[in-house]
Amino acid sequence: METDPRDPGRAADVRERAVIDRSAREVVLLWYGSSVFWLLLGSMLALVTSIKLHTPGFLADWEWLTFGRVRPAHLNTVIYGWASMSGVGTLLWLMARLCKIRLPWREGLILAGIYWNAMVAIGTFQILVGNGTSIEWLEFPWWVSIPLGVVFLVLIALTVKMLRTRREKHLYVSQWYLFGATIWFPFLYVAATVLIHSPAATGVAKATANWWFAHNVLGLWLTPIGLASAYYFIPKVLGRPIHSYYLSIIGFWSLALFYNWAGTHHLIGGPLPAWLVTVGTVGSMMMFVPVITVAVNHHLTMAGHFSKMRFSPTLRFIVFGAMSYTVVSVQGSLTALRMVNEVGHFTHYTIAHAHLGVYSFYSMIAFGSMYYVMPRLVEREWVSSRLIKIHFWACAVGMIMYWVGLSFGGWIQGLMMNNPDVPFMDVVQRMIPYLWSRSIAGTLMTIGHVSFAILVWKMIRREGAWLVEPTLFVTRKDAREAANASHLPAPATGGHAS
Amino acid sequence: MNRVSLIALGVLATVIASLFGLVLIPNFQLESMGPRSIQQPDGSTAVYPAELDSYLEAPGREVYRDLGCVYCHSQQVRPEGFGADIERGWGARRSVPRDYVLQSPPFMGTMRTGPDLANIADRQPSQEWHYLHLYDPRITSPGSVMPSFKFLFDTTVGEAPRAPLGFPMIPLPETYVDEPTWIVPTERGRALIAYLGTLRQPFEMEEVQ
Repeated sequence: METDPRDPGRAADVRERAVIDRSAREVVLLWYGSSVFWLLLGSMLALVTSIKLHTPGFLADWEWLTFGRVRPAHLNTVIYGWASMSGVGTLLWLMARLCKIRLPWREGLILAGIYWNAMVAIGTFQILVGNGTSIEWLEFPWWVSIPLGVVFLVLIALTVKMLRTRREKHLYVSQWYLFGATIWFPFLYVAATVLIHSPAATGVAKATANWWFAHNVLGLWLTPIGLASAYYFIPKVLGRPIHSYYLSIIGFWSLALFYNWAGTHHLIGGPLPAWLVTVGTVGSMMMFVPVITVAVNHHLTMAGHFSKMRFSPTLRFIVFGAMSYTVVSVQGSLTALRMVNEVGHFTHYTIAHAHLGVYSFYSMIAFGSMYYVMPRLVEREWVSSRLIKIHFWACAVGMIMYWVGLSFGGWIQGLMMNNPDVPFMDVVQRMIPYLWSRSIAGTLMTIGHVSFAILVWKMIRREGAWLVEPTLFVTRKDAREAANASHLPAPATGGHAS
Repeated sequence: MNRVSLIALGVLATVIASLFGLVLIPNFQLESMGPRSIQQPDGSTAVYPAELDSYLEAPGREVYRDLGCVYCHSQQVRPEGFGADIERGWGARRSVPRDYVLQSPPFMGTMRTGPDLANIADRQPSQEWHYLHLYDPRITSPGSVMPSFKFLFDTTVGEAPRAPLGFPMIPLPETYVDEPTWIVPTERGRALIAYLGTLRQPFEMEEVQ
């Protein structure tokens, strides 16, 4: 565990980690803090979007808030603002920790963060004033998305430099994923933007470029960061190694090989050459390999230690996310089957699935990572375990409600639409209760985000206690008494919050 | 070769492979496909698909993009036996790649909160219906959750306005308003309806394997 003053060898390690954490402080706090701002804005846009679907009169007279603009504004703020910026923050910190070197190019990374914020702000503004592209996941005008992708060259160069100058010889699997992600994202973003906005691709090939990209934003950008975090924080908090190094490498290469072939399953039944859709379905099925590999590896690492989720916020969020990864991936593979797709395609079922991936899996892991990293950067504790609890339960319950309501509703929607005897307006009316359930679920999630934002704000303002006693859900004293009473293992705590 | 370069090559190779497989090869297969001349029963020739005119239809497509219609309306008809698109009357045949050769980018869509629009020009030819529907969808389609697009219209209460040449002037139904009210579409509103009037996928077209 991290600090034990009775052990001088460990004390040197602790000092070394503190030096690395301090080197990453301003940079990572900037990326993290910005991501929370976009999370709040994205949640507001999400609520407006959701309410409009069952109450179309809501804010209807303002053109810039019409449904077809707030919806993409929501997507782009949460993907490129919240998810990407929190991901870069975690990526930089993890790379520094795993390479055992201080974070280089700090001024450059701060500039890059400011630049990234500016680009996301410009892009979102452009969508709201009507200059969005109406190409899903690529709504920023090309003159915003290309500069956004290009700034990633800095991140590629940085990760290469860090890996080359690393002081720890062994490459941990998290570094594989993070390095992969930094290369994949800019390649995808720039290639897709060029193909769609130039004559390089024509007609329906532009649509396949669209879904090759959109599927891979989750698969080759957010998923690797989420998995890298899970691979790091689960063993770290538990204080035991990952179950199998070899399984994790199989998981990495099978993800790299198969995920990017699955994108055309978004176009099943569409006007494409038949072979192309088959390829997408095969790619989706092959995804069982990396998913089962990762699930087994994480589960066997956790086995026997699930009770520690009672104490550690990081562990609770990350295990929730890691389990969601299995669920969303299995659901995704099954959805690529023609008989499932025939019903689920074009319905809210797909929307539920997308949120299970980006929110339940990725965002929950991002929250968990930030709960671990930020106290180490600021050298203060989180101010309130009650707010962390509100954050977790509001988001977890909200997410489950969201997924159950829209999956179920979407399935009914698909079945009704595929029955030509049902008038279309009956389908529309039947969806309204489910759309309300989404607004309620979204409100819960937003409450969670506000709690989190308060915590982050107070953390950045250094209002927490010095790092002595970690902010756990249950204090160590309670836990010791509980452990004595019921022979539960004592919580995994060091001198830092975990 | 060291470990880092090896990983970099590996991750680039996998993503480039899928770029070829899912985008560049299909594009190579389809890029020579263009509009086709079709002999019609009356002996005349039609070119399909036709270019949008740059006066109203192409600007109308820009309005369709700008307002994000694609987030609720698809423009693709699924084949017979897969869903009920054809049975619902959304099209006489499935959509094929040739339908999209002139569209940059195609708005095929992934969501049907509202009905498919691939053949809306044939399914609902009445312009007046479209104007009323766009002004407030609940006028023509009670129960609809589509947003109203009143900002695409100028509204006049009391006496009939003088609409500019080429702009229709449509009275709102008496059940909808207390006083006699007329709406006149703005330039963008008129363009959008003109674009919807081009959405049809006629003729028998070959599928692509």
